Amino acid sequence: MINKLFQRREAPLLIILAALVTIVCLLQPRFLSPGNLQSVLLWLPLLIIVALGEMAVILTRGIDVSVGSILGLSGMMTAMALRDYPELNIYVAALLATGIGAFLGAINGGLIAGAGTPPIVATLATLGIYRGLTFVVSSGKQVDDYQLPRNLARWSIDGPFGLSIPPYVVWIALIVAAAMHLFLTYSRTGRDWYAIGGEPDGASDRGVPVRLQTFCAYVLSGAGAGLAGLLYASRFGTVNPASIGNGFELLAIAAVVIGGTSIFGGSGTIAGVLLGCLLLGVINVALAVLNIAETWQSAVYGAVILMALLTDDAARRRLMKGARHK
Amino acid sequence: MISSRIRRLWNAYAPEIVVTILLILAFVISGWREPRFLDAAYLFDRSTLYTEIGLLTLSMTLIIVAGHIDLSVTSIIAFVGAIIATLYSRYGIPFWLLIPLAPVFGGFLGAVNGYFVARRNLPSLVVTLATMALYRGMAQILLGDSSLMTPPDYTGIERVTLPHTYLHTPLVIWITLCLVFAALLHRTVFGRYITVTGVNPEAALYSGVPVAQTLIRLFTLSGAMAGVCSVLLLSRLGVARYDHARGWELDVITAVVLGGTSIFGGRGTIYGSVVAFLLITIVQTGMGVAGVKAEIQVTAIGLLLLLAVLLSRLTTGRK
Repeated sequence: MINKLFQRREAPLLIILAALVTIVCLLQPRFLSPGNLQSVLLWLPLLIIVALGEMAVILTRGIDVSVGSILGLSGMMTAMALRDYPELNIYVAALLATGIGAFLGAINGGLIAGAGTPPIVATLATLGIYRGLTFVVSSGKQVDDYQLPRNLARWSIDGPFGLSIPPYVVWIALIVAAAMHLFLTYSRTGRDWYAIGGEPDGASDRGVPVRLQTFCAYVLSGAGAGLAGLLYASRFGTVNPASIGNGFELLAIAAVVIGGTSIFGGSGTIAGVLLGCLLLGVINVALAVLNIAETWQSAVYGAVILMALLTDDAARRRLMKGARHK
Repeated sequence: MISSRIRRLWNAYAPEIVVTILLILAFVISGWREPRFLDAAYLFDRSTLYTEIGLLTLSMTLIIVAGHIDLSVTSIIAFVGAIIATLYSRYGIPFWLLIPLAPVFGGFLGAVNGYFVARRNLPSLVVTLATMALYRGMAQILLGDSSLMTPPDYTGIERVTLPHTYLHTPLVIWITLCLVFAALLHRTVFGRYITVTGVNPEAALYSGVPVAQTLIRLFTLSGAMAGVCSVLLLSRLGVARYDHARGWELDVITAVVLGGTSIFGGRGTIYGSVVAFLLITIVQTGMGVAGVKAEIQVTAIGLLLLLAVLLSRLTTGRK
């Protein structure tokens, strides 16, 4: 059974994660304090939800670099709605954020699956467009924490059953992840995404509605980023058009690739993506705990993505070798 | 007879023709709304602001014709600038010695990209996305949030013009390199290799094209160009900062795709990229004159990129 565990794609990741936590603990025992645990946990939900959508797109051999801008535009618009209509229920706001995100994702999907634009070009263009629109709708002004409803901030402070660890936002992310796992495993659309990424022409010959299902992947990616926009408002309180969601696409793609989803599409697991997010979260908090300046963050992320790519490459070669021997 | 010739020209160069017409239109409209656009001195003066993007457009054209992409160039600019400024102000190495080293540093960083893409068969999109973060991060480690000064007498070299003309130094460099790159892509074996690799890398490999070697050289060239941009930018701004050139990759890729280079590789001309770059420059200068904020200008550039791709799908989709 242990053997089987080690054959899994996630095994090396788990080992790296354990090693990292051990090293950081040895250097700074304070790392496992409730406060630091809470900051890892608070950092995760946004990333998990965006990464799950990004994973769906990458499964189909696509890429969505506009998620950071979708998060920004949807978060900005929802925060403005909550400011201007204080009686707005926050669950309705969550629906609104998801809906805005899904709509923006549908534009991506339409350009890619409908008009045949390459994913990198379409989403690079909408990255710019949505980012600019965030400034247009907000006139460059930020929404402050006192303008947002109290119970929205509570999502990031309190948890269910009177426990504050983990807070509601983490539960939201975990529920979304579980739902996504079921969707990928049992739904027609989920299976089709794997088929499309594995071999687009083959999938089409087998009767998979490639364009429709590709479109759906981008809508889902947008919806996830949209919901994350509201969680951003809950987590940070203030929503500033210049900073919300900036560069988030890099983190999301990193988490997906580190989690073992093949960049060539067709393979990947939710467990892997969750571990990828966790690894980035632990690195983020570890840098702070070890008193390493925040300036190191970007370089460390870049190096970790490269390492993950090389691991993925090695795993792919091993797999090919194994297949040839049989 | 003549009409069939025009048709053949249109079939082969539709995107270049479209973008040339758009450039003329943009020029006429801007000149009519803002007479300053008809003043050569003003135009050449503004042009120095965009030289770096114009230079990156040239090397990015080759990369995209080969069927790849390089998102890390803007980070290479920042990183090379950071290295040079650090070596100069913290270690006292003479600045004139560092200037020729900039393309070397940049070329090395580009070769790292090339190694991952060509030897490890990893997609250039993800590799350069990773090195984009890595190089930018290393610039940030070197400089933090502070700015390092370059020697005062180096600042403003870009303001020097050729005697008796309005041509500033960067513009002269850019025009020269336009010709060099056009020759490289359209008149050399290396250019042929690039094109064939973009059309079909496997077929190219089986036809005896050294695909991996070509790609490594290409990414090295791309990095070296970013190094050149870095010294020009240092002269223009007078300081090195880690966030220099951030986000320019959108402008650069827009110019290349707008100029008719196929994002799938195998087709593209330097002429198209140059005209498209001029078009973007005019649109951006126009928006700047009209008081549109930089944050909102990205929306227009994004729309322009979409328009370019959709147009090229329409014109080439008829086959």
